[in-house]
Amino acid sequence: MRTPSQAPSRPSSRSGLSPRFLIAGALSLAIGLALTGAAKAGPTLDAIKARGSIKVGVGTQPGFFAPDSNGRWQGFFVDFGRALSIAVFNDPDKVQFVSSSPQQRLPALQSGEFDILLSGVTQTFTRATKLGFHFGPVVFYDGQGLLVPKKLGVSKGKDLNGATVCVQTGTTGELNITDFFRQNKIAFKPVVIEETAENQKAFSSGRCDVLTQDASDLAITRTQLPKPDDYVLLPERISKEPLAPAIRYGDDQWLEIVNWAVYATIQAEELGITQANIDSFLTSADPTVRRFLGVDPSLGEAAKLDPKFAYTIVKTVGNYGEIFDRNVGPATKVGLDRGFNKLWTQGGLLYAPPFR
Amino acid sequence: MTDGVLQSAPPLTSPQPRWQRLWAGLFGTPLNAAVTLCCLALLGWAVPPLLRWTLLDAVWVGPADRCADAAGACWAFIGEKLRYILFGFYDQDRQWRPAAAGAILLALAGLSGMPLFWRRATLWLWLFGLAAALLLLTGGPGGPAVPTERWSGLPVSLLLAVVGLVGAFPLAVLLALARRSSMGGVRTLAVLFIEVTRGVPLIAVLYVATLLLPLMLPAGAAIDKLLRAQIAIVLFVSAYLAEIVRAGLQSIPAGQYEAAQALGLGYWQSMRLVILPQALRTVISSIVTLAIGLFQDTTLIIVIGLFDLLNTARTAAKDPAWLGFYDEAFGFAALIYLTVCVIASRYSLWLERRLRR
Repeated sequence: MRTPSQAPSRPSSRSGLSPRFLIAGALSLAIGLALTGAAKAGPTLDAIKARGSIKVGVGTQPGFFAPDSNGRWQGFFVDFGRALSIAVFNDPDKVQFVSSSPQQRLPALQSGEFDILLSGVTQTFTRATKLGFHFGPVVFYDGQGLLVPKKLGVSKGKDLNGATVCVQTGTTGELNITDFFRQNKIAFKPVVIEETAENQKAFSSGRCDVLTQDASDLAITRTQLPKPDDYVLLPERISKEPLAPAIRYGDDQWLEIVNWAVYATIQAEELGITQANIDSFLTSADPTVRRFLGVDPSLGEAAKLDPKFAYTIVKTVGNYGEIFDRNVGPATKVGLDRGFNKLWTQGGLLYAPPFR
Repeated sequence: MTDGVLQSAPPLTSPQPRWQRLWAGLFGTPLNAAVTLCCLALLGWAVPPLLRWTLLDAVWVGPADRCADAAGACWAFIGEKLRYILFGFYDQDRQWRPAAAGAILLALAGLSGMPLFWRRATLWLWLFGLAAALLLLTGGPGGPAVPTERWSGLPVSLLLAVVGLVGAFPLAVLLALARRSSMGGVRTLAVLFIEVTRGVPLIAVLYVATLLLPLMLPAGAAIDKLLRAQIAIVLFVSAYLAEIVRAGLQSIPAGQYEAAQALGLGYWQSMRLVILPQALRTVISSIVTLAIGLFQDTTLIIVIGLFDLLNTARTAAKDPAWLGFYDEAFGFAALIYLTVCVIASRYSLWLERRLRR
């Protein structure tokens, strides 16, 4: 959006000078800015530092982002917002969470209403190219799931031949479920309903055998059914929904901060570092750990961040596994399984590039 | 039924006792009796389960687990979330500020409803009152500033509605006068603004104010989101209010205009001293109706991510610790809206009777 080469041409186009002079002036300014751009922070990070806080766009979904009784935002994505605040300001509370509905969150990010969208946006080709958003690392691998009553005796999606499926109109879910049954060459009857709540009622009253939504939604829906234990979420995910932080084009340094703040939580889990045991690692002789925790300050200096940013993030919000378990893990009401969101060493998809 | 009303003209010497009239009204004719029985059956069907849910089986205090086992409403949820529903994200230890701001706004609206306060000094009261309410909400003096992102709950609903109506008022009067003016250009502009604004839904105006406006502003310039929504509401309401004021102006007989002219008053003087005071008086109840609608319309700011009373109530039920008590949350919010709106509509009726005298 606001690339350095565009910014200076804007005010000059309003003045009354001759066009040729204007173009020459704008060009030289743009080139000058482009050359110095590498050393300077980008417009987003500059704005964040000038404001003294990060504006994070969030949604409202139990476990992922919701205000608690004290009006403080809590949740899985919210914790990553706090981690960013630590990376930039060394303080978990220099962050403002701005609520945004799914329809308006991308235009709002575009118009600069927040510096980063942490509202569970699926990373897609169009969003990354045509719409002009950079995506940070995927923080949650979601996918469309299938919820069925246990008494159906079904253990995988392929057994669902002839099933009635409750699905919401106008969503990609409707297309995904059609594709899924077609690919597996089995028949199904869709019950298409517009309202989420109606959809759940239809399912709980037995009008359909299967309810399909994003798996994270289904997990919460399940807890809201009259007898949650009578239902089971099938293991398949019939679509890919990689949820990643999104930012505007034009600020590479901000993107790197986002990247490495998220990677820090993953790396910490990989190293076995938790909120509780982190201080015992400070005396570790392992050079990887020493670099990661900033005992050896070379990394933080290279990134112009506080050398101990990873230490503070893990100490304050925990490693990835702790963030997951605290907000949406099996012990919470949401009760999600790690699934794809396990470390690569444990058969999941989470992988942090080396901190060196 | 109409018989009873007609006969009761001198109330003290009413020929029928009250219960007889009541009986005639309820069961006097076969149709009346049928309607009454139907209504009773409907009440008998709806009221006992409602009573059981709201009162008998309800959980009044305790943790969320106790509610999960109960068949009735979970009022403990409202107790736990009351602070959040009313004041949202505002600093917990300074929530007296939004409370006081809300009280000031309510008091201003209430006082302005009394004919005793229909005088010039009330203008100053409004200026000071609004300034005080805003000062309280912003957090200063004597404390760190509270950004508008954290303003939420009931004070925001009241602020948007009250400032929306009061801010629209001068604009609406000007628009109404312009629309009746003999100057072609001014009249066309006023007609254009009023008709275009009334032709667009509020939700579209809010979207333009939140999403398109920032893109049109020069880089670096930013207007606060709540302020943008407030301005959008003021402009939107002014179009409707202008039409109400115009109706009032039209109800004033031509003799009044001519009399004002004959006294040697200029245009603005005759409007200010003669025409407008009479015109506005005739449309007060329409304005109250508009105000009631506006108070409920402010809930639309939910779509642009602001937290009014309805949105805080809705999100209160998304806390994993107290998940899914939507019925209670919406019921509570409805009760607040109902209370405010019933008071306003009763006031309007009272005022109409008073002005007729």
